[in-house]
Amino acid sequence: MGDLWAIYILWLRDLKRYWYDKPRIFASLGQPILFLFVLGTALSPNFSGPGGVKFSEFIFPGIISMTVLFTSIFSAVSIVWDREFGFLKEVLVAPVSRWAIVVGKAFGGSTVAVLQGCLMLLLAPLVGVRLTPAIVLMSIMVMFLIAVAITGLGIMIAARMKEMEGFQMIINFIIMPIFFLSGALFPLDRLPEWLSVLTRIDPLTYGVDLLRHVMLGIGAINPLLNLIVILAFSVLMFAIAVMEFNAAD
Amino acid sequence: MGIEIVKVENLVRKFGGFTAVDNISFSVNKGEVFGFLGSNGAGKTTTSSILCTLLRPTAGTAQVTGRDVTREPNRVRQAIGIIFQDPSLDDRLTVEDNLKFHGYLYNMDHSKIDARIAEVLSLVELNDRRNNFVRQLSGGMKRRLEIARGLMHQPELLFLDEPTIGLDPQTRAHIWEYILKMRQEHDLTIFMTTHYMQEAEVCDRVAVIDHGKIADLDTPANLKSKYNETTLEGVFLKITGREIRAQAAESAWSQWMRRT
Repeated sequence: MGDLWAIYILWLRDLKRYWYDKPRIFASLGQPILFLFVLGTALSPNFSGPGGVKFSEFIFPGIISMTVLFTSIFSAVSIVWDREFGFLKEVLVAPVSRWAIVVGKAFGGSTVAVLQGCLMLLLAPLVGVRLTPAIVLMSIMVMFLIAVAITGLGIMIAARMKEMEGFQMIINFIIMPIFFLSGALFPLDRLPEWLSVLTRIDPLTYGVDLLRHVMLGIGAINPLLNLIVILAFSVLMFAIAVMEFNAAD
Repeated sequence: MGIEIVKVENLVRKFGGFTAVDNISFSVNKGEVFGFLGSNGAGKTTTSSILCTLLRPTAGTAQVTGRDVTREPNRVRQAIGIIFQDPSLDDRLTVEDNLKFHGYLYNMDHSKIDARIAEVLSLVELNDRRNNFVRQLSGGMKRRLEIARGLMHQPELLFLDEPTIGLDPQTRAHIWEYILKMRQEHDLTIFMTTHYMQEAEVCDRVAVIDHGKIADLDTPANLKSKYNETTLEGVFLKITGREIRAQAAESAWSQWMRRT
């Protein structure tokens, strides 16, 4: 019972920090909006996508996934800040199981990422994507799945990271490749073999594709396979993260 | 003697090839203010980290409130309050948020958290700061807030790791006033590490630790008469000598901390 309350309060902490820092909420929407409208508009004339969708429609689920990806990773890696500023010690000396700390942090980060994703959803009419309540609901669920997988990855990385200096490297060598290889910005079905293989080992590919199924009714991969891969990836990340937190002595 | 609230037997902690704590044994009685005195790198923080369940011992045993720190860490954690040497507040949250967070982490009865927040805040005279963000507080206020937080869940044993380091004399005096007040009110045991010898004067007993070993352990009065000195500072210098302590100890420690 104590562990459940610990999860709740860790989750609430992330939400409060998000809410208190309103400028950041809007600042972090800048980049996805540029992608969506500048890139979306500029590349539209030459695009012939699956199902006859416009390019800006096609990348809309991809850009939402990008928002979720970056918000999730930032939230998770804030553990490294907590370590540098000492707050992590307050959590580690509390009578709380290590798995509860990982789960609470992941839920907090995921919720914040989904909220950011929902703000992006508001732009759907401008892009020409038609949303029904059912689509919105399913999109939120998919965003949450992606967010859980990526916060799991982020926490696993953060458990090994001792200083914030390494963060830029994480962005360049892990997060950017995950984003670019995910098919967020291009269709997966007309790629050379080497690139096609790389997209398939990227966990986000399956999230983007699933979101495209839900929002546009198109996708390159079986939705069930998408679901299984994301869930399996999340479980793996959580298992490793919990092990790492337990190993610290 | 009363109940032993801390019982350490043949405790050893190594960091790689460096022995930070070298086979020490001692106990702390309930209700006591127990001081752990030593220079930088003598093994104070390592010992208290083991007692706080943040570090595992390499060998030997440590019991806190009758529970083994490695076998039942969560039971130990519930029974102790800790005031760290370095800040450990979330400064992007408010004073109240930080205390509430602590109350939930320690599984306090939620209906009582609000009243308890008011209680601990009035003890450290921060009642009017309840809704301020922590980053708006001065260094001394943050320290007082950490004390309030350490007391939130009514621990039996309070760890103070260099509790007044970096504070001005007025704030230091105030903090001691709070600590001694709540000791009287709550039958609290205090385990403190320090290298301010004046602070050690308020302890019932002090252990002088040097190179990972306990060099002597007694009441301040007994130590002074034993070494024929008028101050603990004199006693301390007589026991540990005047040479500056090996930097190696400190750098081994800080490198290790970086890994956790």
